[in-house]
Amino acid sequence: MRTLRGVGIGQGVAQGAVVRMAEPLPAPERTPSAIGADEERRRVRAAIAAVAGELQRRGEEAGGSARDVLEAQAMIAEDPTLQDEVDARIDDGATAEWAVHDAFAGFRATLEAVGGYLGERAADLDDISQRVLAELRGLPAPGVPDPGHPFVLVARDLAPADTALLNLEKVLALVTFEGGPTSHTAILAREKGIVAVVGAAEARDLATGTPVIVDAASGTVVADPGQEEQERAAQRIADRRSAEAAPVSRGALADGTPIALLANLGRPADAAEAVARGAEGVGLFRTEFLFLSSTQAPTVSQQREAYRELLAAFPGKKVVVRVLDAGADKPLPFLNDAHEENPALGLRGLRALRASEDILCEQLTALAEADAQTEADLWVMAPMVATVEEAAYFSALARELGLRTTGVMVEVPSAALLADRILREADFASIGTNDLTQYTMAADRLLGSVAGYQDPWHPAVLRLVAEVAEAGRHLGKPVGVCGEAAADPLLAVVLAGLGVGSLSMAPAALADVRRALAAHTIDDARRIAAGALAADDADGARAAASASA
Amino acid sequence: MTAITRTVRIASSHGLHARPAKLFAQAAKDTGLAVSIAKDAGKPVNAASILGVIALGLEQGDYVTLSAEGEGAERALDALAEFLATDHDEDAA
Repeated sequence: MRTLRGVGIGQGVAQGAVVRMAEPLPAPERTPSAIGADEERRRVRAAIAAVAGELQRRGEEAGGSARDVLEAQAMIAEDPTLQDEVDARIDDGATAEWAVHDAFAGFRATLEAVGGYLGERAADLDDISQRVLAELRGLPAPGVPDPGHPFVLVARDLAPADTALLNLEKVLALVTFEGGPTSHTAILAREKGIVAVVGAAEARDLATGTPVIVDAASGTVVADPGQEEQERAAQRIADRRSAEAAPVSRGALADGTPIALLANLGRPADAAEAVARGAEGVGLFRTEFLFLSSTQAPTVSQQREAYRELLAAFPGKKVVVRVLDAGADKPLPFLNDAHEENPALGLRGLRALRASEDILCEQLTALAEADAQTEADLWVMAPMVATVEEAAYFSALARELGLRTTGVMVEVPSAALLADRILREADFASIGTNDLTQYTMAADRLLGSVAGYQDPWHPAVLRLVAEVAEAGRHLGKPVGVCGEAAADPLLAVVLAGLGVGSLSMAPAALADVRRALAAHTIDDARRIAAGALAADDADGARAAASASA
Repeated sequence: MTAITRTVRIASSHGLHARPAKLFAQAAKDTGLAVSIAKDAGKPVNAASILGVIALGLEQGDYVTLSAEGEGAERALDALAEFLATDHDEDAA
């Protein structure tokens, strides 16, 4: 038995057998065939048939849009043009391995030269080429494994393409030996509520089949655990499961102080899961999904239908919809396609919408129409508000178009500092901690070299949150937090102590946050928050809160 | 036997890649004939080859010429031409 350390994501625990994600195969050597062209051709045919068959099988199993992708990959593997290229190389004396490698590389270069969408498909070719090579060599296929039974995935780190193909129902836990708490793997784990320990360097040596306990709460992976450890882990897994299955109560501190627990959603279809996990409403509905795949804005009626579907899932409950937040990391060609040196500081959020006011008006109109047809309590808010004037502008426009409750996202330090004036114009404020941290620390949240600054525990960020909460209390206006900070159970207690009245998070995080809140009174929470506020830095704040919790 | 040809304009709003390219190559393969496809006056490629079709980089509005010979070529090319003249991205948009 040995214990490996990494960074835990969430509070879960899981146990099972390791399946390694195989590393990419090295390119084959260009040596002449020793077995002759006929035999090489036979080997290639067999390998390609096996790979195409496997892709077909996975496609049928996956269904939906993944099926189309996998079937297309199977067709690429069996492509007649590619086959001709491979045969030509074999006829020249190449081995099956070299012929496959070189023929795929040739097509890859062609696709890359065309660029754009096709350039992106070049990676698909690499994947298929690697699969055929692995088959020829009798090695496990690189890429996302699919052993057909539940497993603990151990990988260097997961790329977005890997996670798209990952059969999450079979994944008990994720362990990476590279990548940190902001890696794609960590984001996926948080979103889907998968037990994960990231950046556990020693996990590099874990072999497929090794039994492990993955404990996100302590950030450890125990390899070859003893009987006693296994039983304890099984007990914890069962406890968490029964806690999750228990009827969910409304979010509240131990003394009964209500803290509304809301869901962050990006699509109407995700509403059912949020309701099942006990969300008391929606604290942040991102509307970007409606716009991202289009070169022009969707029509009012298309938008209204999507909003109606969302609102219908929450009769009598609060649903906070954020109008389109374009710019910076998610540019939309019809709003702002100008190149900006610093897009995070550019024409984004409400600034971009104001420059294309018709798009904003259409969105607000569609929201008002959907509101009129449903029973939910619709609140709308504007992203990236920096000035009192912007808050007044948005509230006036939204009310004019028939919306009753209009608010602002507080993501810019100027808005936090003048919250007492902004909240005179707006009905509520929702603090977006990811951007508020980025702007407070002047560190681009998409830039790996300054990722260390992106920590919402920083006392400077907490002080701004306290400022907004105090303004809200004084004016009797609701103040909530949406953003990853709200999903951290201990930080959630701190936020409650700072005076925040609602927390919105990925639905998977609701159960742990609910439990953490229920374990502390409002006086505890205030004391813990005061300790965090008094620290010098994020780690100090975290340590102070842990010590007094 | 002379080759039958059809010239047609690509209708799919995202051009002929991804799903439409796959469906087209599959349909060409299913004809059982040696069908070729060429962009404008370019070099014809095997229409049953998804890679060949994708590498043409066909966008909406491009003209392509389909060609085949043998029994059933007329009917097969009519069906393939109609496929190309239909916008297969409409549902997805």
